[in-house]
Amino acid sequence: MTVSTADTMLYLNGVSVAFDGFKAINELSLVLEEGEMRAVVGPNGAGKTTMMDIITGKTRPDKGEVIFAGNVDLTKHDEAGIARMGVGRKFQKPTVFETHTVEDNLLLSLKGSRGVFDLLFARRTKAEQARIDELLDLIRLGDRRSEKAAALSHGQKQWLEIGMLLAQDPKVLLVDEPAAGMTDAETMQTAELLRQVAGEHTVMVVEHDMDFVRALGVKVTVLHEGSVLAEGSLDHVSSNPKVIDVYLGR
Amino acid sequence: MILRALDLKSQIFLAITLIVAALVPVLNLYVPESSAFHVSSFAVALFGKYLTYALLAISVDLIWGFCGILSLGHGAFFALGGYAMGMHLMREIGDRGVYANPLLPDFMVFLNWKELPWFWHGFDMFWFACLMVVLVPGALAFVFGWFAFRSRVTGVYFSIITQAMTYALLLAFFRNDMGFGGNNGLTDFKDVLGYDLQSDTTRAGLFALSALALAGGFLICRLVVTSRLGKVLVSIRDAESRTRFLGYRVEGYKLFVFTLSAMLAGVAGALYVPQVGIINPGEFSPANSIEIVIWVAVGGRGLLVGAVVGAIIVNAAKTLLTGWVPEIWLFALGAIFIFVTLFLPKGVLGGLSAFVDLIGAKTKSKSEAKGPSSTAPQLAE
Ligand SMILES: Nc1ncnc2c1ncn2[C@@H]1O[C@H](COP(=O)(O)OP(=O)(O)O)[C@@H](O)[C@H]1O
Ligand SMILES: [Mg+2]
Repeated sequence: MTVSTADTMLYLNGVSVAFDGFKAINELSLVLEEGEMRAVVGPNGAGKTTMMDIITGKTRPDKGEVIFAGNVDLTKHDEAGIARMGVGRKFQKPTVFETHTVEDNLLLSLKGSRGVFDLLFARRTKAEQARIDELLDLIRLGDRRSEKAAALSHGQKQWLEIGMLLAQDPKVLLVDEPAAGMTDAETMQTAELLRQVAGEHTVMVVEHDMDFVRALGVKVTVLHEGSVLAEGSLDHVSSNPKVIDVYLGR
Repeated sequence: MILRALDLKSQIFLAITLIVAALVPVLNLYVPESSAFHVSSFAVALFGKYLTYALLAISVDLIWGFCGILSLGHGAFFALGGYAMGMHLMREIGDRGVYANPLLPDFMVFLNWKELPWFWHGFDMFWFACLMVVLVPGALAFVFGWFAFRSRVTGVYFSIITQAMTYALLLAFFRNDMGFGGNNGLTDFKDVLGYDLQSDTTRAGLFALSALALAGGFLICRLVVTSRLGKVLVSIRDAESRTRFLGYRVEGYKLFVFTLSAMLAGVAGALYVPQVGIINPGEFSPANSIEIVIWVAVGGRGLLVGAVVGAIIVNAAKTLLTGWVPEIWLFALGAIFIFVTLFLPKGVLGGLSAFVDLIGAKTKSKSEAKGPSSTAPQLAE
């Protein structure tokens, strides 16, 4: 098994969690290097979302540790704390603040103080505005900035949520099925967007869509019944007979 | 900050409230009864009471409308503020009570108590009572919220435990040995700060104070909801876990706004008691707290002014109906609630403003059709 090194950003070590006796995650170990982008694939119910729940503090594992940036065990922290340390997460179902404007969605996501009284007196700074403008360009929503997020299309909401992740300036981005419900063109644009942000950030993308994974062109981890089945390039794993058996062959 | 908080609608609301605060006392005290403009003392007392209800409704709207916290126990904070003020008014009676005991309120003499319980000390001082009016409800809300929000009690479960809280207080305050006058509560007040509570001048003054408190409470709520903190509250209401994953400790924000809201409710209770002349455990009844939520729903949730409108409409209806056929009030309240839920999901005010917007949009599109300029929509922004 791989071991944690100096430039390891995320290291899941022997993580297990069971729901009512059902082992959703089973002795899962996984290493993400700093700046790496990784695609995680696997059949429905393989435990991909649960793995993200564990990394982000939503679910406590029964066993194992999640080492972040070499020294912090994330299993000892709560969601907000983990987010502040620099782990951003996009949900499987796009989740944005529907009644806020696109711009406010980004404003609230920006890295900065989260203190109750700081926020009561906070005013938008020039630097904040500049960062918002930058992000709006990146996610191609500049012309819809003052509209309510509820008015966006499904694909645009996915982008807005990715923009909100980037606004936090996280070290690690966990992206759960970003292409779900997108048109082919949108899917390819999303892959492009993620490739653009990788490098600066460590990114883990969960996705079903094989064209999308191919477009990402990164190392792939196949998850099955809560543990790693295979790891390597897409061509490498898709020729693995075990993988074909449980996932691709079906 | 103040400017951002005061959009046109808020300015109109504040202006009306301040005019009412000034005008009604004048029309009551200085316009002769024969004049058509005279406002009767009965009306002053009645509307003064409505104003305190309106402040209470605003406090509920702040947490429910903007942060999604449905408290069905806010009557408790109102009642606690009321009791704090009532305790001062009891002490101010002094030796003018039936038993003429300079230190002990009548009910304590009646119970054969020899000395003042420790928690009654200090209430002879008006400023101390005023402090308790906000601190006691605030402290209860803080402790209650601390446990509830940290254990992530939300939604219906939260509503149910707030009902349990107010019910527990109801039972406690019913007991004579609690030292709050038991079943009868606190009453027979004589005066406040030396002003006779029965006099028209004092009553007009209390009315004006209630209107000012409503304006002040409204302003505070507007400052909160228009700040960045307010945006976070709405985010929590709409997508709590998204907010957490952006690094916000949701419980802290909820605790802040819940405590603030309880303090406002306490102030409302403190203004209510001298105007109605009594505070008893009935104010803790769970049904009262549910009624407050209905006021807000009827007026329109998440609008602040809607809460005021709802509180006044529903209570005016209650006054009329209970004077007429008291038995049907609860049925009527249920009917109003169902009607509003079905036909005006955004409440009376929400429905009204949607209607106004619709008319506005129609006239706008007409003028656009006439006008040659295609940039009209942008200018309208
Ligand atoms: N909170 C939970 N309680 C009970 N079972 C859960 C919970 N979360 C996930 N599961 C179960 O764990 C398994 C893995 O789910 P999930 O991680 O969502 O899969 P994936 O995202 O790979 O499709 C599923 O069988 C699911 O039903
Ligand atoms: Mg999933």
